[in-house]
Amino acid sequence: MRVGLFIPCYVDQFFPSAGMATVELLENHGCDVAFPEAQTCCGQPMANAGCSGDAAAAARHFVDTFSGYDYVVSPSGSCVAMVKHQYPKIVGNAASSVVSKTYEICEFLLDVVKVTQLQASCSKLVAIQMACHGTRELRLATGSERPALPTFSKPRQLLEMVDGMQLVELQRPDECCGFGGLFSIDEVDVSCAMGDDKLSDFQQARAELVVSTDMSCLMHLGGLSSRQDRGLKFAHIAEVLNGDWA
Amino acid sequence: MKHPEAAAGFVADSAKSSWHDQALWGVRTKRDAAVSAIPEWEELREQGARIKAWSLAHLDDLLVQFEAQCQQNGIVVHWAADGPEHNRIVHGILAKHRVKKLVKSKSMLTEECGLNEHLEAQGMEVIDTDLGERIVQLRHEPPSHIVLPAIHLQKEEIAETFHKTMGTPADMTDETELTRAARKDLRERFLQAEAGVTGVNFAVADKGIVVVCTNEGNADLGAGLPRLHIACMGIEKIIPKFDHLSVFTRLLARSATGQPITVYTSHFHKPKPGGEMHVVIVDNGRSALLGRKDFRRSLGCIRCGACMNTCPIYRRSGGHSYMATVPGPIGSTLAPSKDPKTHDSLPFASTLCGSCTDVCPVKIDLHQQLLAWRGELVKMGYGDRKKIRSMKLAGKVLSSPTLYKLAGIGARIALRGPRFVLPSEAKKWLTNRDLPPVPAESFRARYRRHQK
Repeated sequence: MRVGLFIPCYVDQFFPSAGMATVELLENHGCDVAFPEAQTCCGQPMANAGCSGDAAAAARHFVDTFSGYDYVVSPSGSCVAMVKHQYPKIVGNAASSVVSKTYEICEFLLDVVKVTQLQASCSKLVAIQMACHGTRELRLATGSERPALPTFSKPRQLLEMVDGMQLVELQRPDECCGFGGLFSIDEVDVSCAMGDDKLSDFQQARAELVVSTDMSCLMHLGGLSSRQDRGLKFAHIAEVLNGDWA
Repeated sequence: MKHPEAAAGFVADSAKSSWHDQALWGVRTKRDAAVSAIPEWEELREQGARIKAWSLAHLDDLLVQFEAQCQQNGIVVHWAADGPEHNRIVHGILAKHRVKKLVKSKSMLTEECGLNEHLEAQGMEVIDTDLGERIVQLRHEPPSHIVLPAIHLQKEEIAETFHKTMGTPADMTDETELTRAARKDLRERFLQAEAGVTGVNFAVADKGIVVVCTNEGNADLGAGLPRLHIACMGIEKIIPKFDHLSVFTRLLARSATGQPITVYTSHFHKPKPGGEMHVVIVDNGRSALLGRKDFRRSLGCIRCGACMNTCPIYRRSGGHSYMATVPGPIGSTLAPSKDPKTHDSLPFASTLCGSCTDVCPVKIDLHQQLLAWRGELVKMGYGDRKKIRSMKLAGKVLSSPTLYKLAGIGARIALRGPRFVLPSEAKKWLTNRDLPPVPAESFRARYRRHQK
């Protein structure tokens, strides 16, 4: 199967290791990965600012770039949710050639590749930062709001395949970190208060390493943590599913 | 003032903001526990959502049916197109009965219409009888939450208010003692009142009855003691059949406070012997909202407050930061339909985390509505113009591979250089946060090497 890899714009520029881990993870599980160089951004920053007309240009470009692949996979639940939930509203039928075949990396590994074991190890205490769009739009896990439904978590299921994995439990397992794209700038005070609470939750659980399906949460949380010398480490989930963390 | 500035004021007192967050998270936790005890919860939400959708689609017929049934039961029905007409009608009924003192149970509709101010200006005394509402009334503040109106206040602040207004001892800060003091004061006022005004939780079309849910029994005393009962409702409170009521009473209290049902769920069928009962049905912008397909589902709201309790922004910024009758996610989608200019920052006071949508007992797509409002507001010419201009530029750059590559190189160079050349957005980020270390190579550069 030919997999078109979509690397979010900020991951391309600032978190190349998360992108490379995604490539290796897919290749190690037999996927024929291609990174179309023409790709740019899913358009979410513009759509969330209320400028869906400006987002439409980026969305159409995404559709043109990726419609020829069997699957489109991305290490970002938020960008994938943008494609699956917002593209049909923004570019209409044009979106249909990508919507049903675009996957976040965890759901792709479990639901399409059907991964049952991984070559990875970790000796750190790990907390999962459940990114909101992954949880509540892609349904990568049962959200805490829906306790009457059967419990599952795709990121957790994969992390549990890592040798030596010790996951810690948070008091608020899927509370938003406060990033929210431009919200992190527009509402800087609330955004940072939310992030600080999240860091405290990681620390009361004695986590050493925080992993997430989205680097955007980690950019915000990591930025707060580093400013306050909290001593936490942050990594994209692909880096842990494909690495040895001593 | 816009939401970010108002929120900053509340967040600045980090101890209080954190206490507020914990208090409401506690309510959310109780709601989760109540929900997990109902295996069919998600089906119940679906039923609630469908009944509301059907009711809104047949609102015209249902309202007429409701009016006819009420009249048959001896209830007088009034229609008000807007807030001022509602206030005139209520005042007219009270004036006809020479009412000077009245008691009122919680009603967000009368809050929205400014009924208290209107009646007080005409020389009437209005006493709010819900404990939380009474507290904020004594402080001349609006409620900060629709179910827990005084949730922004700590008991010491309430003790001070009671000391100043009711003469309780200054050091009396015990919750039970404060509640007893308020109850004693309110009992007198119930006995003196010549009329009782209540809100309406559900108006049952096929029976012509109104259902009022409280935990304190204050609506029952207010409606039961005086001869005159006036119930005020928005047009969207209609449900088609009595058989549908249990779906909502099961959803409402569990979502609001985690109780299986409100302590008092009272059905008002007809006036008491020798008394009068009036129902005032108010539009005040609701039929206009019904005409907006992206937003009409917000009219299904049963005012449980669950979206406030779960909202991580509301919990930290407090209800007053919204500067709207109804705060939180539902308020942020309702308010712009009334006055987009004043409330243009509210749909942006969200990370679009979606928690509100998933707790809503009638499945209103709240975070999708907030996103849709952002687009509407930009189209209407509101919102931050500078940001909109930068989005236009971003749209151009991010749809062109060449411009995108150049911008990426530019950003990585700029972030390595001196901070003063950065745009104001980056500076705002940097007030409390570091930026990630800039890597030597972008992903695409590394990928090219990987391929070789």
